[in-house]
Amino acid sequence: MITFADQLLVLVMLINFIMLGTSRLAFAIRAVAVQGVVLGIIPGLLHQFSGHLLMITASIILAKGVVIPWMINDAVRKAQIRREVEPFIDYVPTLLLGAVFTALAFVFAQRLPLAPEHRELLFVPASIATLMTGFLILTTRRKAISQVIGYLVLENGIFIFGLLLTDAMPFMVEAGALLDLLVGIFVMGIVINHINREFSSVDTSRLQALREE
Amino acid sequence: MIHLLVLLPLGGALLAWLVPDNRLRPLVLPTIAIPHLLLSLYLIARQTEAVHGGWIYLDPLGKITLLAISSLFAVCAVYAVGYLAYRQDRSNRVLCLGLLVCLAAMSLVTLCQHLGLLWVAVEATTVSMAPLIYFNRNARSIEATWKYLMICSVGIALALLGLLFLAYATHVAHQEATLLLPDLLKAAPGLHRSWLHAAFIFLLVGYGSKMGLAPLHTWKPDAYGEAPGLVGALLAGGLVSCAFLAILRVYQVCLASVVELAFFQNALIVLGLLSMAVAAVFMARQHDFKRMLAYSSVEHVGILAVGLGIGKGALFGVLFHLINNGLTKGVLFLSSGNIHRSYGGKTTEVVQGALTRLPWSGGLFLAGFIAITGSPPFAPFVSEFSIISATFATGNYLVGGLFLLFLAIIFIGMALTVLPMVMGVPRSDLATSDYRDGLLTVGPPLATMLLMLWFGVWPPEMLLQLLRDGAALLEVRP
Repeated sequence: MITFADQLLVLVMLINFIMLGTSRLAFAIRAVAVQGVVLGIIPGLLHQFSGHLLMITASIILAKGVVIPWMINDAVRKAQIRREVEPFIDYVPTLLLGAVFTALAFVFAQRLPLAPEHRELLFVPASIATLMTGFLILTTRRKAISQVIGYLVLENGIFIFGLLLTDAMPFMVEAGALLDLLVGIFVMGIVINHINREFSSVDTSRLQALREE
Repeated sequence: MIHLLVLLPLGGALLAWLVPDNRLRPLVLPTIAIPHLLLSLYLIARQTEAVHGGWIYLDPLGKITLLAISSLFAVCAVYAVGYLAYRQDRSNRVLCLGLLVCLAAMSLVTLCQHLGLLWVAVEATTVSMAPLIYFNRNARSIEATWKYLMICSVGIALALLGLLFLAYATHVAHQEATLLLPDLLKAAPGLHRSWLHAAFIFLLVGYGSKMGLAPLHTWKPDAYGEAPGLVGALLAGGLVSCAFLAILRVYQVCLASVVELAFFQNALIVLGLLSMAVAAVFMARQHDFKRMLAYSSVEHVGILAVGLGIGKGALFGVLFHLINNGLTKGVLFLSSGNIHRSYGGKTTEVVQGALTRLPWSGGLFLAGFIAITGSPPFAPFVSEFSIISATFATGNYLVGGLFLLFLAIIFIGMALTVLPMVMGVPRSDLATSDYRDGLLTVGPPLATMLLMLWFGVWPPEMLLQLLRDGAALLEVRP
């Protein structure tokens, strides 16, 4: 089962590249939803079946695969935008940067003092690579919606690391973190809508009235 | 009993949502805040017991933070009734709801002994504050909200990674992975050093960005500048206190791990001094007085960080300063809100002669300035002085010297903005305003100012005992 989980993590890393390469917002939103669902399946592969596990799996898939993508799509529809226009860094260079970060993540994970049972697995490199991809999207895209997607990818990266430690994160905390994420995305969606109304665009590079003279 | 601290504000939030009338709704705030303050004082005076398997327990550090938060919120709640009467042009439903949800989350922060739950509560304060910054509904406030939301969310996410590293360190050490504080303190000496190192870096960066330590402070001037005065007060006094409590918890783990303490302390001192330096540079010639207050907040989180980095004798001063900073910022933000309302602007070009136009609010702003820059006889003087004297007593002459230098520059920089604002004659071409100083808008900051005077001149023995208990938790290795 654990090898299957590893294969799923390869899929997660491939989705990272899809998100870095695509210029269409709807596609990126669908990709982040798929990534969330894949991450929701993994706990079920690692642990014995229990009511607790079922609850976690169901709530993660529901939140990351259905509710959050729906909220972002809703924001996109209200703001009437179709595609990402001109990121700060072009798609091919970001893809290359993503590849470099992923390679570095593998090198870095090799050097970490991991527990023996985790050494051969992909969890840690996948976690770092996804985290870095999230950062890359956050910093190189202009559109507020792409930044939210970047934040989600970053959160997914942290989540992968958390998979190694399901004992330390009881259900209460897991659920609380998920709820915070949901409400956070909800608020971001509303703010995006207002940015669009105020600036007739969701280009965050226009948000520069506030600075020191 | 202890659950009421969280449930009471949540119930109030529901009530605020249900009340249909825009004039009556703000009354929900003091109806909840004052019982909350009384309940907090009752719990602080008593010895409480751990409940829910040790997850919820009000220890002295939690008590100190709860005191700072609950009293500041009560002041802001009474003020809100007076302030919102002038803002009937827009619905205050989201504002009242958000304030009470935030109070519930902040109370939960003070009660948590499980670092994961603590993280959830801190994140909840971040999210619930975001709509409040956007109360004025204009382009500038939406920009501030977006920056606040993105920087703080990403920062807090990094803190979560730090927590996971901490839990992983216990796993690598072949112990049961846990984030429960008492268990972590017991396990800390045997943990793997590099995982602890990584955990503390991420936790410091994460909670540091929430607290507004330089260089992660960039959201602060924007958010404080565009939010209404009472939201600014809660950001500067409430959220900062919560984030600092989170850092104190991390500090406790560092202390228990022994080997990592020196590293964490040095990092705190460097970030603290950097924050004070940034504040000193940007405070000078600051035309926008709300942004100036934001830099003052950056300065004071810097002071807290330096004090914590010095440790030992400074800890008493740090914990005292946590309360003093929150309440004095309350006075400054609330009185600056009044001035903003009356003049219709928040730059020094428009605001002149506040003492003539608004004797009470102008006077309180001036008194708040004197207090926050650490002048006697107000309480921040006592706490800052004890931090500085401990710095020199432990032989950190360079840190102490820089600390004093930055304080002096900040005093001059702040005076150059504040004095022309309150002194002189108001401009003759000012538009008339319907704002008048009233009991509800002046009373709460005045009461807070008197409290600061009382704490500065003759602090009650109960408070001192509480601070000593708190400092003892941070000094003694468990």
